[in-house]
Amino acid sequence: MKITIGQYVPGNSILHRADPRTKFVLTFAYMIAVMIADNFAAYAVATVFVGAAYLCAKINIAKILRSLKPLIIMMLITVTLNILFYKGETVLVDFWKITIYKEGILFAVRMLLRIVLLVLGSSVLMYTTTSVMLTDGIESLLAPLKKIHFPAHEIAMMMSIALRFIPTFVDETDRIMKAQMARGTDFDDKNFIKKIKSYIPILIPLFISAWRKAEDLATAMNARCYRGGEGRTKFKVLKFSMIDLLLLLFTIILFAAIVLLNNFV
Amino acid sequence: MSDFIRFENVSYSYDDNEEEFDSKQEQIKNLSRVDFAVENVNFGIKKGEFVAIVGRNGSGKSTLARTMNALLLPSEGVVFVNDIDTRNDEMIWEIRSRVGMVFQNPDNQIIGTSVEEDVAFGLENIGVPRNEMIERISSALDVVKLQNERKTEPHLLSGGQKQRCAIAGIIAMQPECIVLDEATAMLDPIGRREVINLIKKLNKENNITIVHITHHMDEVSQADRVVLIDNGKVLADTTPRKLFSDVQLVKEAGLEVPQITALMYNLRKKGIDVPNDIITEEEGIAVLSELLKKGGEIQCL
Repeated sequence: MKITIGQYVPGNSILHRADPRTKFVLTFAYMIAVMIADNFAAYAVATVFVGAAYLCAKINIAKILRSLKPLIIMMLITVTLNILFYKGETVLVDFWKITIYKEGILFAVRMLLRIVLLVLGSSVLMYTTTSVMLTDGIESLLAPLKKIHFPAHEIAMMMSIALRFIPTFVDETDRIMKAQMARGTDFDDKNFIKKIKSYIPILIPLFISAWRKAEDLATAMNARCYRGGEGRTKFKVLKFSMIDLLLLLFTIILFAAIVLLNNFV
Repeated sequence: MSDFIRFENVSYSYDDNEEEFDSKQEQIKNLSRVDFAVENVNFGIKKGEFVAIVGRNGSGKSTLARTMNALLLPSEGVVFVNDIDTRNDEMIWEIRSRVGMVFQNPDNQIIGTSVEEDVAFGLENIGVPRNEMIERISSALDVVKLQNERKTEPHLLSGGQKQRCAIAGIIAMQPECIVLDEATAMLDPIGRREVINLIKKLNKENNITIVHITHHMDEVSQADRVVLIDNGKVLADTTPRKLFSDVQLVKEAGLEVPQITALMYNLRKKGIDVPNDIITEEEGIAVLSELLKKGGEIQCL
């Protein structure tokens, strides 16, 4: 069984090859830039930027739209509330107790753009980085915090073990479900309560098995001399290349452009 | 030649370690005899030996195995690894890097998210520099023939491949001894053969001491020496050939001799003159075809 974790889309673009740390920094900077952008020119720059990223990573439109789908309700609520309650100067509609201002509509559109841009921007990171690379990036970025006894190595180790075991548990769940079906459990019951109840005989064996696996794994790690992050060398090293320098340069340009547009347009 | 691993009056009790904190239990313990998983074991394993440890479920063989790299410390007695007392806290990592261990469940001992990362795990732990790590991983993967699966995620491997990956992770650490704690128990026949051939090769070519814990008797025939354990005690410490010629003893310990040995045993009981030390199928075939050539003698069947 081939299981893909996260939303990674395989590819070999600049963004795929870039150091995950660069991508983290870039995504973070981009998000701040979008948050501080306050006019349409600035939004346009951000849109061009994110559009270029998607073109470069060769991710198709359908996928992009799908990542926005779960947010539609949230976006609708934001837009409606903003249109209804924003107090501006130019009245467009005045009907019964509802007053809609021109500024309100503009503000709502800006909010909408902001949400869409934030989601699209952070999705680029998820689309172009494997979960393993993400973990490595997080460990490396958190490493300086080790000085204040922040368990950076432990967190990264837990994340990577979790990633390693997800497929194992998917297989296991499948096996347990079949075993329980053979014993007459009905997972297709229309009744919601019954449906939830029928999952108990899956969760309990799965939980016990996870517990046992954890114990075995701890023993195996112990037998292979694992003793925490101290004095440990690393097999995988993240390399900072020209690509990363280029991407950081783009980030600075984006940031500068948005700050300038905010102030002078 | 001195022993690489030596057990001196080793006993281990699981109750003992748990009841330490409980005074009420302590009293009960004093009344009743402590239940030892391993009791007063004395033997040594020489460097370069291929030793099989056999015994029925719950006989204490896994417990014994875990005392060999200080995963468990004996309640009584001492285990020496390369003349180091396993109770010595400072040497524990030294001991564990010399004595590698492969466990029963292939799924529960792979830590890395790909084969090469898993092999790297032990090396990272003992602080091997990266350049050397890359070389060691490559040669370990060559030995276990997983070079093509380098980047594969562990859940896509077969059982035999997973165990070979675990073995690669250990040989990359360049140990002197590998303990296989029922490492073949959950494998299919093909996977078992892969693992057995691999450990035989490591034993012969790399002179790595092998301690193979199993209850597959046909695997025992491959070892130089076999230690039979029942109820925490060593019942026999001999060659596989000698052990299997004592079919009665093996049966008392709750085990079966290899099929071919059992056949010979039954033939002898019927009064047919066949040797009592046949342990491999090839030998059995040779003996039987010899008999059939002679003809007459087996008419009583």
